[in-house]
Amino acid sequence: MLARTLRSNLPASSLPSRLAPTITPIFSRSLSTSSSSLPLPSHQSASKPANTSAYGRNLHVSAVRKSEVEEPNTRPEINTPPSIYNFTEEEEMLRETVRKFAQEVIGPKVTEMDESEVMDPEIIKGLFDQGLMGIETSAEHGGSEMSFMAAILAVEELSKVDPSVSVCCDVHNTLVNSTLRLFGNDYVKDKYLPGLATNVLGSFCLSEPNSGSDAFALQTTAKLEPDGEHYILNGSKMWITNSGEADYFLVFANIDPSKGYKGITCFMVEKDWGVQIAKKEKKLGIRASSTCLLSFDDVKVPAKNVVGEVGKGYKIAIEILNEGRIGIAAQMLGLAQGAFDYAVTYAFQRKQFGKPVGDNQGMGFQFAEVATEIETARLLTYNAARLKEEGKEFKIAAAMAKYHASKVAQKASGLAIEWCGGVGFTRDLPVQKFWRDSMIGAIYEGTSNIQLETIWKDLKKKYT
Amino acid sequence: MIPSRVNLINVLVPVKRAIDYAVKIRIAKDGKGVDTTVKHSMNPFDEIAVEEAIRLKERTKAVTSIIALSIGPAKSVETLRTALAMGADSAVHIVTPEAPSPSSNPEPVNVAAAIKAVIDRSKAAGADKAIDLVIMGKQAIDDDSGSTGGMLAGMLGWGQGTFASKLDVDKASGKVEVTREIDGGLSRIESKLPIVVTTDLRLSEPRYASLPNIMKAKKKKIESLKPEDLGIDLSPRMSVLSVSEPPKRVGGGKVENVDELVQKLKEGGIV
Ligand SMILES: Cc1cc2nc3c(=O)[nH]c(=O)nc-3n(C[C@H](O)[C@H](O)[C@H](O)COP(=O)(O)OP(=O)(O)OC[C@H]3O[C@@H](n4cnc5c(N)ncnc54)[C@H](O)[C@@H]3O)c2cc1C
Repeated sequence: MLARTLRSNLPASSLPSRLAPTITPIFSRSLSTSSSSLPLPSHQSASKPANTSAYGRNLHVSAVRKSEVEEPNTRPEINTPPSIYNFTEEEEMLRETVRKFAQEVIGPKVTEMDESEVMDPEIIKGLFDQGLMGIETSAEHGGSEMSFMAAILAVEELSKVDPSVSVCCDVHNTLVNSTLRLFGNDYVKDKYLPGLATNVLGSFCLSEPNSGSDAFALQTTAKLEPDGEHYILNGSKMWITNSGEADYFLVFANIDPSKGYKGITCFMVEKDWGVQIAKKEKKLGIRASSTCLLSFDDVKVPAKNVVGEVGKGYKIAIEILNEGRIGIAAQMLGLAQGAFDYAVTYAFQRKQFGKPVGDNQGMGFQFAEVATEIETARLLTYNAARLKEEGKEFKIAAAMAKYHASKVAQKASGLAIEWCGGVGFTRDLPVQKFWRDSMIGAIYEGTSNIQLETIWKDLKKKYT
Repeated sequence: MIPSRVNLINVLVPVKRAIDYAVKIRIAKDGKGVDTTVKHSMNPFDEIAVEEAIRLKERTKAVTSIIALSIGPAKSVETLRTALAMGADSAVHIVTPEAPSPSSNPEPVNVAAAIKAVIDRSKAAGADKAIDLVIMGKQAIDDDSGSTGGMLAGMLGWGQGTFASKLDVDKASGKVEVTREIDGGLSRIESKLPIVVTTDLRLSEPRYASLPNIMKAKKKKIESLKPEDLGIDLSPRMSVLSVSEPPKRVGGGKVENVDELVQKLKEGGIV
């Protein structure tokens, strides 16, 4: 039964007394059976009455008798926590429905959207219609009211088919919606969350031409008007995902540069108030996802549109990006799996030397190795997500998940090209796209070096 | 036929948990079935049936309630949950023993009897609860028997519109029109409620369960029954002797020209 979870070499004193009665047989056995060191199946050891060596009895005098009367043969139930591979029924259903949507609706459009560097508006509408753009948003605000893990699973499934679509969904949910949900006042939540859950795309605007990794050196300013009712925003933002199609922008700006990072404040800004989309980047990968340069030229924003406290924008950015990284890890994980699934299927079909190329051990061992690495990325990602849901510390878990998953994605998609041979190098096959897309995982929401720095600083705290 | 009944159609949609259509089927070790330790999902024809029931509800406003029914082992609950997330209103699960018990995947005649028992029970519960329309898959892709719908109509003494590619229900008159794709054209049949309709591939395209609907489905009721509760017996009348793979294609060879081809055919005694 549960023999596997109880180790017979534990000192008796370390066991809770509740367990004492029924572990007695183990002790007696290990004390009395000299002929064999192999653990016996529990029914065998139980077929004899519990060995009543003086030592065993002395340890658990009254308890042993009780157990012999009630259930002499059974080990206690030990409530070990479940593995990470436990999902709620809704999470399973979500995975299934997103998988189908991705394969059937997004799948046929992936190449065309990549070549034309435009996201099909029908896809964005589809994401909204499926309830994928308000995953954690409350039903009251028009959302799906699901878990954080649900968002992670959705991003993973979308990425297996198109990482451009998944980043659109990921940024919208884990950065934009979450910032409003967790930090917004009732006014901004009631005003913006319903639209964001049903038909308005959002962007998260932190990076600037002169502040990337050093995000809090941002130069966009927000000046409070003398009336105290409005702020005037000036500056520019760079690399803003979704900004080509978005109408709502979460903008980080400094209300008083002399205060340094303590002046950084988060604002909810509507495009109609004068946000200018200056230039769309031409990228290596995730080309269907719009990434633009924005400029703010005396954009007037009501003071009630401040999200969280004035001067606490840096805290919001830190906390939200900690969570967001798990989303990017999920994106890289799905990407790795998508490339792997395609290339391995191909390798078992393509024949050379009279047999599938995948039947060569030289190939097979590579599949096994990459499958193992994808599994490590999955465990790190899911575990970080569950830690977050449980309200436990997850910053390092998230940094590790993102750092590692992006490496695995690069490796898996790079090898996927090799596994497909010449045709893998052409744009007729999706594997090269996965590989181009994989490069972004090491850059946005904190570069790999920044993740390593986070992990390293934590190590230093522990070791010094 | 009571006229007011027409405005209150209760639709029953039987759904089966079957091996997913994308799974590569492998013969089980004992040679008497297939490996069932693989991904399962709702039988595709049943998905079409659920979709059509929902569309009928949206289109005609004549449907009061859509009840999904599954007869199968514990995990069939997942299939019912999917039907509820698509838009069915409530569900009934007749729980069968787990595989390898032969009753875990009952034969068509037993399934038909079970569906009939659920319909009889609905009639006994009152006119507003009575089921008047069954929309079900024309076949399940695992057994491919394709006989449950017809048997059910026979047992109930109802009309049947099999292999439907189009379905219309007139709310006022209670008339049902079923279009069927047949060799060389379309056949249209007309019937009155109650009726059993079985779905063909082109009847409708099933929707994806949206996330909010997945959450709503959690709150919908799934009634769990044992076969005994309905006085039915699911034990099989047939036994499978063997299941085998189609013969493997033996690799061919290439011929240089027509003469060589003809010669090879002669050698093989084909011409
Ligand atoms: C496609 C795309 C989408 C994006 N979407 C968004 C978005 O929606 N919103 C948003 O705000 N931003 C977005 N970004 C910006 C992204 O987060 C930044 O590009 C990223 O933070 C890196 O900043 P940087 O480009 O200025 O690189 P830099 O900071 O200039 O880094 C250059 C190199 O130096 C290394 N480096 C920097 N500092 C250190 C250090 N202290 N120690 C060691 N190495 C260091 C980095 O690791 C990197 O290798 C996006 C970027 C891209 C490319």
